[in-house]
Amino acid sequence: MSEPARTPISAASAVPQPERLVALAGNPNVGKTTVFNRLTRLRQKVGNYPGVTVERKTGSMVGPDGMPITVIDVPGTYSLNPRSLDEEVAYRVLIGAIEGSRRPDLVVCLIDASNLERNLYLASQVLDLGKPTIVALNMVDAAEGAGIEIDAQKLSEELGVPVIPMVASRGEGLEELQAAICGPLPIPARRKWKLDLAVEESTHALAHRLERDLPGLSPQQRFSDALRALTQKGAAFFEVHHSPAFWSEVREAQAALDRAGVSSEQAEISGRYAWITPLTGRVVERTSLPTTALTDRIDAVLTHRVAGPLFFFLILALIFQSVFAWAGPFMDAIDGATASLGDQVGASLPQGPIRSLLIDGIIAGVGAVIIFLPQILILFFFLGLLEDTGYMARAAFIMDRIMKRVGLSGRSVVPLLSGFACAIPGVMAARTIENQRDRLVTIMVTPLMTCSARLPVYALLIGAFIPAGTLFGFLGTQGLTLLALYVLGVSFAVLAAWALKRFVIKGEQSVFVMELPPYRLPRLRDVLWRMLERSKLFLTRAGTIIFAVAIVLWFLATYPQVGSKPEIEERRAELSALLSGTSGGEPSEELQARLAELDDEQASYALSQSAMGRLGRFIEPAIAPLGYDWKIGVALIASLAAREVAVSALGTIYSMGDADETSSPLVERMRAEVNPKTGRPTWTPLVAASLTVFFVIACQCLATVAVVRRETASWRWPLFMFGYMTALAWAAAFVTYQGGRLLGFA
Amino acid sequence: MSTLRDLKPGERGVVVGWAGASPPTRLLEMGVLQGTEIEVVKLAPLGDPIEVKLRGYHLSLRKQEAEQIEIARAGESS
Repeated sequence: MSEPARTPISAASAVPQPERLVALAGNPNVGKTTVFNRLTRLRQKVGNYPGVTVERKTGSMVGPDGMPITVIDVPGTYSLNPRSLDEEVAYRVLIGAIEGSRRPDLVVCLIDASNLERNLYLASQVLDLGKPTIVALNMVDAAEGAGIEIDAQKLSEELGVPVIPMVASRGEGLEELQAAICGPLPIPARRKWKLDLAVEESTHALAHRLERDLPGLSPQQRFSDALRALTQKGAAFFEVHHSPAFWSEVREAQAALDRAGVSSEQAEISGRYAWITPLTGRVVERTSLPTTALTDRIDAVLTHRVAGPLFFFLILALIFQSVFAWAGPFMDAIDGATASLGDQVGASLPQGPIRSLLIDGIIAGVGAVIIFLPQILILFFFLGLLEDTGYMARAAFIMDRIMKRVGLSGRSVVPLLSGFACAIPGVMAARTIENQRDRLVTIMVTPLMTCSARLPVYALLIGAFIPAGTLFGFLGTQGLTLLALYVLGVSFAVLAAWALKRFVIKGEQSVFVMELPPYRLPRLRDVLWRMLERSKLFLTRAGTIIFAVAIVLWFLATYPQVGSKPEIEERRAELSALLSGTSGGEPSEELQARLAELDDEQASYALSQSAMGRLGRFIEPAIAPLGYDWKIGVALIASLAAREVAVSALGTIYSMGDADETSSPLVERMRAEVNPKTGRPTWTPLVAASLTVFFVIACQCLATVAVVRRETASWRWPLFMFGYMTALAWAAAFVTYQGGRLLGFA
Repeated sequence: MSTLRDLKPGERGVVVGWAGASPPTRLLEMGVLQGTEIEVVKLAPLGDPIEVKLRGYHLSLRKQEAEQIEIARAGESS
């Protein structure tokens, strides 16, 4: 990789830079988002790093003399040793080895004053890079509350870089930080911590080798790169950036150290802490004896043996209740707006394919996805609150034992439960999972949780085929069936997670080591901003794919066009004659109704002759073993856009006009439907059961596929997900139908 | 030799070594090193993972990992 900015560090402060690039680094939970939002005043761009799923946030600010400054938000990590994806990206951003980005001119390392010792670990790695660095000492108020006072001046002398105390949530110290960012670039002192001698020598030899390979690197970065390479076991990243000769020397050095029984990894970590621990002692003054912190008192309840889980489920219940209750009116409003937009467009355009494409294809298709936006916004708002208060870590702590059984960790709980509302925010919430393997498995199984879009289909099928009654006198049979479907979905998710972990997504067993950060009052603006950011990503990225799919499905359902069926036209002519006969008075309602029926019949006929109807017939052999005819096949294909479309597709194909799940004519019509081949009813309870099972599992939601594509940055996983879920759905429906027949059900 | 897993909530000790081949790097980076003082705060409601306090902050880890951390109890000589 070529480095665009090869100026030696010492010259950087002398030459005026046209634009200053500032990297904001720090541990998770140190208020990095707040500092970033405040510095850039929300002038931000969010995207992904090329080829990976790590979120890339940049923002801009302007210096006093008009100097443009770009701030990069480095992923929050505990270390720069590139083992996890976040850590690799963090290191690459800091050394300027990211596509489309140069080396930062200045690093702001944000550390938590109330947790100084561990935060200095990352800071020491940042300082080793030899770049101009400023240390921002955040949350000095929390430290003081815990009886800790830090001598910033002394810390600055020890670290050899400016230290700015701040309380970012209240904006304290922000001006000083801004001034420092715009000011002269401070050059850090030389490394003061000591490595194990053998490791030190190996690292120097490797750094020397790098000097020949890449003379443009500063001596500090050469040492840092050499140490990173030496402590890495499978460092694919360094293989790309350094010569094979260097890499073979790394291997030799590693082998030599192994033979000597020295772990370079442990040498680095204990070396750093051996410097940090006494340093912390010198700069920290205990002003009061530690009392029971507020966090501990809150945790006495929130992670209590009994109260903890109760509270966890209470919070979840409240969130889902609000998602449904609060989103309802907005969803109705969007539904209404979509319909009225369709009407308006319809009124202003002549009949024809363009009008149909706009109304039935684009407006209806995109509307079917935007309708989830209120749920997504509300869920993201609550997820943001849980993250920023520190409760998310507690939820993981409480649920880890259960999740471990299926090979996941406590981190997967919230994404999976979000899937009950909608898989899309669930998949996006999986970002909080640090371990990439766990994250991928969580994403792959989240769509199996019963989302709200399945409800209309369930409601139709249950209403049609499960007689309303009670069990043991108080349990409604229809409600019980619905509950059983939820349980079925969860069971399949657990099963799939286990199988995926066991056979497909292999990797190292994750080590569950998670910080339980102190509870903090969230800053509402940060929570709202993140909610909007994530929703925007959903709309723009997923939206474009959905837009395209809506158009494709419309074409399939509309073309090839056939003329009117002659017998329908004959009857229409008869009716029209009758209508004109009743001149003067209002046309009789009965005649109008019969005309509308003819329209529905024509629509049904057109759909059956379209590409989608043909596709339905084409897949009939594949779905016949599940008990479905081609008409159900059409509904399955149409429901690819979104599950609930299945209901209106059945409505169209059974020529019931605009059906919804409560329309009793559709239910009557389905019960009366006879399979021409067998002469028996198409819709038996067994077929309904088989179809329900299919819908429990199948990935009938292209919006989810689009979001998974976005979140995993490749088509491989969304396609795999679609494939495995469809195959599983088919198999389960097959077992249901054929097993039911063997057992003697019709 | 007791391990971190043997400590009851409220008990503390000093890390003296690692059972097993090599300690997970993540734990080392989080500051669980030889000589580090560590206190068990509580167990999760289902008994696993555990919450510990070290270097002034709280960390949770599974018993599986806690078992690998050899501890000299406070007051005990190692």
